[in-house]
Amino acid sequence: MSHHPKGKLRTDLNPSRLLTFKIDDRDVSAREDESILEVARQNGIAIPTLCHLDGLSERGACRLCIVEVRGVAKLLPSCVTFPRQDMEVITNSERVVNYRKKILELLFTERNHVCSVCVSNGHCELQNLSVELGVTHVRYNYLYPEHAVDASHSRFSVDHNRCVLCLRCVRVCDEIEGAHTWDIMGRGITSKVITDLNQPWGTAETCTGCGKCVQVCPTGALSEKGKSVAEMIKRRQFLPYLQMMRGRQEESWQK
Amino acid sequence: MKEESATPERKSASAKQPPEDHRLRMVNRTMQLYRNQSHALIETLHAVQESFGYLEEGVLKHVAGTLRVPLSRVYAVATFYHSFTLKPPGEHTCVICMGTACYIGGSGAILGDIKEKVGIGSGETTPDGKVSLLVARCLGSCGLAPAGVFDGEVAGKLSPDNVIDKIGRWR
Repeated sequence: MSHHPKGKLRTDLNPSRLLTFKIDDRDVSAREDESILEVARQNGIAIPTLCHLDGLSERGACRLCIVEVRGVAKLLPSCVTFPRQDMEVITNSERVVNYRKKILELLFTERNHVCSVCVSNGHCELQNLSVELGVTHVRYNYLYPEHAVDASHSRFSVDHNRCVLCLRCVRVCDEIEGAHTWDIMGRGITSKVITDLNQPWGTAETCTGCGKCVQVCPTGALSEKGKSVAEMIKRRQFLPYLQMMRGRQEESWQK
Repeated sequence: MKEESATPERKSASAKQPPEDHRLRMVNRTMQLYRNQSHALIETLHAVQESFGYLEEGVLKHVAGTLRVPLSRVYAVATFYHSFTLKPPGEHTCVICMGTACYIGGSGAILGDIKEKVGIGSGETTPDGKVSLLVARCLGSCGLAPAGVFDGEVAGKLSPDNVIDKIGRWR
C-alpha cells in the first residue's frame, strides 16, 4: 500500500505532484512526497508519535501513528505512508485509539518503566503519551527483564530498562553526528541498543561524546550524569538546524 | 635476480603475521571478491564463521575496518542472524530440533532436562568447553520426532534420558 515517491527524482522539469485527499473528513492538499503524518500536522490534526522526530529519517517502528485508510484492511503507520489522490484517512476512530493504547501497554510491559524513580519523570514522551491516550493500567503481564545500567561514560549513562527501542539514538548518531556508534543487537524481545561491539559506552572508540543521542531519547534511557529524579530535561532545538547545515535531508542510516 | 630476492622477503613478511593467518585468508579472499564493498558484510561473516568456527572480536574489527562498516552495525548483523555465533563452540555439539513435530513430541522437555542436569541453555557451552547446545528450527526429519543431531549424526525418537546419556558419554 505505502509507496515511496521519495525514491523518484523530482526536479524543476519534473516537479512533485500536488494531490488532494481527506483526513478525518477534512479536505487537505499535499505534495506527493509528504507523509500523511506531515500533512496532518500541517493542518493541525494531532497524531501521537514516539519514534518520529523532526530532523531524523522515519523509522516506522513504534506504530503509534497508525491510521485507518478507507478501503484498506490493515492499519497503516502514517509516518511512512504517502497520500494518494482521493484517499480517505481516519486518525481517531475507536479501533485506532484502542490499538494505540495496546501498543503503549505492551511497551510498558517489555521493560521496567518505573516513573517515580526515573530521571525523566515529568519530561518523558512515553509518560506524556499514556496521559494523552488515557492509559491508566496495563492489562498484560510485566516481563521484568534483567537489564543493567551502563554508567561507564564520563558524562552520560544508559539505562536499558527505560528503552523503548525507538532507535532515535541510532539515527541521530548516524545521520547527524556521522559516527554510527549506536546500533541495535539481537532480534525481537531480546533486542538492545549497543555501542560499538556491545561494549561499555565509556570504552567505545567511535563515540565522540557529543550527547545528541541523550537529547533525542524520548524516555530516561539515555541521560546526563548528575541528574536526579525528574531533573533530566532534553533539549532538541539543535536538530532541525544541524540537519539543514549538514544537508543530509535525504540520506538514511539504512543505506 | 630481483625476483629471487623478493620471494624470501615476502615469505618472512608473512611469517611475522600471527599464527591464525591461514584462517584469515578465506575471510580476506571473500572481501576482495566483493572489492571490499560494505554489502559484502554478511558474506564475509559467513566466511569468518566457517574458518574460525565463531566470530572473534578481533576479526570483527578487521572486517569492519576493511569493509568500512561501523563496528556497531557489524555486531548488529552478527547477533541478528542465527547462523552466527560469538563464542567458540565446544568440542562436541548437540542440536535439538524445535520444529513443530519435535516440539509436540517433547523436545521442550528435553531442553528443560539438559538445562537442569547439564546446566546449559540454547547457544551455550559447558564451562569445561566440552559440549555446546544449539536449537534448530526444523531438521526436516519430522518422522523421527523428537530429533536431534549429535556431532553431525542425526538421532531420532529422543527422550530426555537418552539425550542426557549421550551428552554424558562426551564428558
